[in-house]
Amino acid sequence: MKISSDTTLNQSSHRGRETDPADPLAGARVAITGGTSGLGLALVRELLKRGAQVAFVARGGERVARVAREQAGAHGIVGDISVKGDIYPIAMQILGELGGVDVLINNASDLGPTPLVMLSDTECEDLERAFATNLLGPFRLTKALMGALAASAREGRGAVVLNISSDAALNPYPGWGAYGASKAALRHLSRIWGEEHAADGVRFLSLDPGDMDPPMHAAAVPDAEPETLKRPEIAAHELAEAIAAALPVRGASGGARPATSLTEGALL
Amino acid sequence: MIAADTAVQRPPHAKLLTVDARKHIGHVSRSAFVDLLRAGDVVIANDAATLPASLQGVHVETGAPIEVRLAGRPSLKPEYVARFSAVVFGEGDFRARTEDRPPPPPLAAGDRLALGPLRARVERLLGHARLVSLMFEGPSDEVWAGLARHGRPIQYSHVRAPLALWDVWTRIAGPPVAFEPPSAGFALDWRTLAAMRERGTRFATITHAAGISSTGDWELDRLLPFDEPYRIPEATAFAVRHARARGGRVIAVGTTVVRALEHAATGDGFVRSGEGVATQRLGPTTRLRVVDAILSGTHEPGTSHYELLRAFLDDATLHRTSAELEAGGYRTHEFGDSVLIERDQLSRPEVEALN
Repeated sequence: MKISSDTTLNQSSHRGRETDPADPLAGARVAITGGTSGLGLALVRELLKRGAQVAFVARGGERVARVAREQAGAHGIVGDISVKGDIYPIAMQILGELGGVDVLINNASDLGPTPLVMLSDTECEDLERAFATNLLGPFRLTKALMGALAASAREGRGAVVLNISSDAALNPYPGWGAYGASKAALRHLSRIWGEEHAADGVRFLSLDPGDMDPPMHAAAVPDAEPETLKRPEIAAHELAEAIAAALPVRGASGGARPATSLTEGALL
Repeated sequence: MIAADTAVQRPPHAKLLTVDARKHIGHVSRSAFVDLLRAGDVVIANDAATLPASLQGVHVETGAPIEVRLAGRPSLKPEYVARFSAVVFGEGDFRARTEDRPPPPPLAAGDRLALGPLRARVERLLGHARLVSLMFEGPSDEVWAGLARHGRPIQYSHVRAPLALWDVWTRIAGPPVAFEPPSAGFALDWRTLAAMRERGTRFATITHAAGISSTGDWELDRLLPFDEPYRIPEATAFAVRHARARGGRVIAVGTTVVRALEHAATGDGFVRSGEGVATQRLGPTTRLRVVDAILSGTHEPGTSHYELLRAFLDDATLHRTSAELEAGGYRTHEFGDSVLIERDQLSRPEVEALN
């Protein structure tokens, strides 16, 4: 796969990593799916470093417990976003533990059959699994959290849904059928949702972090040259910058900049 | 009235009875609710999501099966998830009417309750043999996980199929702090909110820990509603002031919104943002200072919800309303039809001056 993004990431600033009270992510309530390895884990670390309150969701109970132990302050939630019955329990824990949610990162992904196979050799069950994880899961979880996201926007905290995309969502790479088709659908879902909820103040981002070297990628392309791949920490930093850019700027006091309703308040 | 027995939040045939400020009664389709709003009005709903507050388990001292229904919490803070007030039932489930459920074994302070993965202790009885204060053991994240895994929404014997969380979360659900759904909000969906915006009607939310509506125990039900913590965001307090200043109406979606806003305005009638605990009861002697109209479910005389409507309407008009609900075949309970009641114009306070 070539490295390209369906929305260009701002790669310019690698500024100081200490918590900056003016950083829109400081104090932001962030939920992320798939936070125990690869990009997800790097995002958990990056967001915690920036002072966000973080809840992460993953399937394996032991790994969730380990990451929650290692990443002080992170709330670990065990659940499988590809399973319909898990979504509301996940949403309830996110909202219960964080008290609401300002940023949702749909990061958990399923590559489809590995090693890669041609679409006509793809088992229906593998395609269904990829769509369940990459499309239905983000759809259901986002829908369940939409009330909380819109409330954050009304309160001037901002609201962002980041759906992790891929250049496979745009380009028809042979062998990436299940993954590419599901990511293309997710990208379109993001765009329609973005249109429908713009007036509610909920922003949707669909970003391609670039090729990385987490375990998932290794499973798909065992012979990729590691040095050509991006480190998850770099991608996590770029994604965090993109989220921060979509959130309202905070004053030095840490309070959120007034949003629509409060702007009018300032006029009175 | 007919009990609504199917968990559909927005059935296409849902009805809305309206009582306007001149006490005229009308009947429209509930989907026409938005058409009754005006530019400058503000519609305020309760964005509490519903906890799976029904927990099956065992009273450890006796081994007796019990059902615990969480009923109240002292604060909305996420980490304050250890202490709850709760109603305890004996063996059985929602298929039996609460009135017919056996009592729990005698409960005493210190008793242990094993509720699936959750462990709790009875702290004390709260003035009734089945109403207790309990403390969950373990870190707050484990309590949330235990509730998510083991808890079920409080069920109703009049609803045929078991309710799942998605049946009882409104479209606007946020913090999971309600013990039963703030069901007036079932009428709202995203299309409705978009239509409000187009009309120039504002939408805002409060978060109010709606408690249980009925325990099936006459003595306990007399104590309802219990104290309920709430939070009013600054944006909502502003929206109320803004509407009042412009002569717009403050329209509450559900009784919990009335309770929270009126509680927050105790004193000078000025709605302040922040957290509070609503302790008051609303009824015929209440002078409403904030809310002009309420969108609510249909309620039968004798319930605390019905009493609250008496703050909006004189008894004669309320009796006429009840008669029309009966005659019109309106459905009642959580998934039923709705009423929109505007209070008498004459009882409205003067439009407040800006700041």
